[in-house]
Amino acid sequence: MIRVVLPYHLRTLAQAGPEVQLDLGRPVTPDAVLDALEAHYPALRGTIRDPVTRRRRPFLRFFACERDLSHEPLDAPLPDLVALGEEPFLIVGAIAGG
Amino acid sequence: MSGVRVLVGTRKGAFVLSADGTRRRWKISGPHFGGWEIYHVKGSPVDPDRLYASQTSGWFGQVMQRSNDGGKTWETVGNTFAYDGDPGTHQWYDGTRHPWEFKRVWHLEPSLTDPDTVYAGVEDAALFRSTDGGQNWQELPGLRGRGSGPDWQPGAGGMCLHTILLDRSDPRRIFIAISAAGAFRSDDAGATWRPINRGLSSQYIPEPTAEVGHCVHRIAMHGSRPNVLFMQKHWDVMRSDDAGDSWREVSGNLPSDFGFPIEVHAHEPDTVYVVPIKSDSEHYPPEGKLRVYRSTTGGDEWQPLTKGLPQRHCYVNVLRDAMAVDSLDMCGVYFGTTGGQVYASADAGESWKAIARDLPGVLSVEVQTLS
Repeated sequence: MIRVVLPYHLRTLAQAGPEVQLDLGRPVTPDAVLDALEAHYPALRGTIRDPVTRRRRPFLRFFACERDLSHEPLDAPLPDLVALGEEPFLIVGAIAGG
Repeated sequence: MSGVRVLVGTRKGAFVLSADGTRRRWKISGPHFGGWEIYHVKGSPVDPDRLYASQTSGWFGQVMQRSNDGGKTWETVGNTFAYDGDPGTHQWYDGTRHPWEFKRVWHLEPSLTDPDTVYAGVEDAALFRSTDGGQNWQELPGLRGRGSGPDWQPGAGGMCLHTILLDRSDPRRIFIAISAAGAFRSDDAGATWRPINRGLSSQYIPEPTAEVGHCVHRIAMHGSRPNVLFMQKHWDVMRSDDAGDSWREVSGNLPSDFGFPIEVHAHEPDTVYVVPIKSDSEHYPPEGKLRVYRSTTGGDEWQPLTKGLPQRHCYVNVLRDAMAVDSLDMCGVYFGTTGGQVYASADAGESWKAIARDLPGVLSVEVQTLS
């Protein structure tokens, strides 16, 4: 099972807890994780990737294993520890103060 | 007994304010979608329990919500707004061409006859329609693609389609308005469009009387008289008696003819409301006095309505979609401010009271009159 940590507003929208688990095959890529996430939680469609361009929304970041994977290709395999479910895939919203 | 439901969109969620027909005591529910910008919430005229809401975020993009029980519960519906075909480009601030990019839904206009049909005015300016309750959205491409669209240019607030008026007497006629392009009319249910800006004069564009390029802030119409339109332009309050073919200024004695909302009384087609704002450089009321102005003569002659409104040190704004009327016998008038107040008048504007005082900044106000 893949573990995905969602930011607050997406947890609320999905009516899910802070971490969700997804069952998906190999290879485990950001696109595959997001496809599975949107299939399981349709309310999240279009909130992480633009629904037309499928590009990551600019104020969101993808972290895993203490690395920023935001600029990696969306079809690049995620670290093995994420694929094994030992480390979560984190979807993080940019902070804004004021 | 009759009642009223006020649908308030704010910068941090939606609120539903409800009262019985006396409009004395109000219940507030919300925030719905707390922390999200709610640009607009509007109910179907056919089925008042069917509501649509535009929920947006700089982080998470556009989400569309639908309620089938008057706002008690909500469900997400489709949020894919794909421009028809190759989206093309429009004018950009620096004179270059810029690709059309969907940003958010500004305004939702449910059909007058079918609760599953709803129009959406979006930024970058385009008109979309859903005929399945918001699950799927299709652009009406004749507005943007085959006309003057490539010449449109955003103003400082973005290039948004913010007003959609449907004509009860002619289902094929639709009016829309875009900042900063102007007003447009379709006489064939949205297939083709033409600009209706003759008579507008805007000193902030190179050719003040150009066919397009005007920053129209809102247009309003009384359902019984669809050929008469009222417009709050960036500057100037305007009136058309020929469905937009020509306009004349009716700012008259207003202390400022800059402002955003304009609304028509539910039962008196010549009674019009505006909220003058000092200028486009100072988005607050003149002299720090929050005044609604009412004309009972279809423009030109205006009287201030101040009872119950702050008359000193008031520096809020009232945005274009943040005023509405109910249709009870004594017409109620409602507006929300960027300071989070929602004011209501149960006597057509003679007196006002705050029915919510400390909400997030108000983006939109709509009213449903319930039987």
